[in-house]
Amino acid sequence: MSNDDLKKRRVKGPDGIEFEVNPMEDYFCTERPHPESPANRILEKFFNWARSESVWILGYGTGCGAIEMRPLMTPRFDAYRFGIQWRPTPRQSNLLMVSGYLSVKTLKRVIRSYEQMQNPKFVMALGSCTINGGMYWDSYNTINRLDHYLPVDVYVAGCMPRPESILAGLEELKKRIRAGKGEGANTYIENLDWYKANQKKIIKDWDMPDYNW
Amino acid sequence: MDYVIHELKTHFSGRTFEKKREDLLFTTLETGVLVHALKHLRDVLGFRHLVLITAVDWIEEDQFQLTYLLRNHTQKTDVGLRVFIPRQNPVMESVHTLWETAATYQRELHEMFGIDFPGSPRVNKPFILEGWQDIPPYRRDFDTKKYSEETYFPRPGRKTHDPETYMKQKLYPDGTES
Repeated sequence: MSNDDLKKRRVKGPDGIEFEVNPMEDYFCTERPHPESPANRILEKFFNWARSESVWILGYGTGCGAIEMRPLMTPRFDAYRFGIQWRPTPRQSNLLMVSGYLSVKTLKRVIRSYEQMQNPKFVMALGSCTINGGMYWDSYNTINRLDHYLPVDVYVAGCMPRPESILAGLEELKKRIRAGKGEGANTYIENLDWYKANQKKIIKDWDMPDYNW
Repeated sequence: MDYVIHELKTHFSGRTFEKKREDLLFTTLETGVLVHALKHLRDVLGFRHLVLITAVDWIEEDQFQLTYLLRNHTQKTDVGLRVFIPRQNPVMESVHTLWETAATYQRELHEMFGIDFPGSPRVNKPFILEGWQDIPPYRRDFDTKKYSEETYFPRPGRKTHDPETYMKQKLYPDGTES
């Protein structure tokens, strides 16, 4: 998509009628997202319990930690007994597991995946690279702190954390959700300008999301 | 391998030769004869496989060194051809007509070092970096650490220890060492 595609212009439809198109308004969402608050505080406790027992992870691997997520699906670690499973699309997931270092290219796609997930949604960050860049701390194309771009609910330390550590992290996340603290999505929306400024500082060619804010 | 040395000496003015191993030879050629030497090595001497093209930034000498590594699978030998080009306006003749795979190496060198190969396919299109706006990152005058600190929000508190001293203190805090 080039810049000319974003300019206002007149087009003729297949039925011959000519009309004006303003892509920045017609093709992109101009409505900013709003934080969501629970309608019923008592019922929300039950919902949070249900959510903590239905953690569906987006099947997306970044960095070297993705290799440690595979054993969780096998009988030895059997994450399914904790109500955890992997889904192939962000629209069926509520947990984005960032499993290692993120190059700028990868971060662009991770942000897009996160924004496609429906609320409530959570982020778990594995390893040193998501905390301070790890061994890539002085790289020219690898980010240092994931929490400047996405709201992180749980960190799992290690380089790389083993499946047992990831299971402990998932238990910690479930506690957090049950306690009503899994509000990363609202944090993201309430501080959207700060997150977007940090993202746009390093992603110089935004060409993917379907919005202009 | 001596025959290769003889050929490179006779036809392409090769002077200095380094045998890293009995089956690995390096030499430096002039820019004008490099492509002809590559063609001769491929078509006459049996070095049909282009292993890689890479570059070295000799910033002190204001030069880039290009290294072409060729493999002769029949005799199980490798030849590395080196060529030096000026660091200002670095341009080299493309070899994508000899090996199609060279186009990928040349795209990488264009993006990472800024070395141009006119006529090579897609050499001016982005390769793996998206939206890169600084000088080519593999150049030695690009300060990777400074760029990372200015761009990627480093977390304060990072420290570096000398591994030997640090581990000695950890293992023998009272100073003894058995």
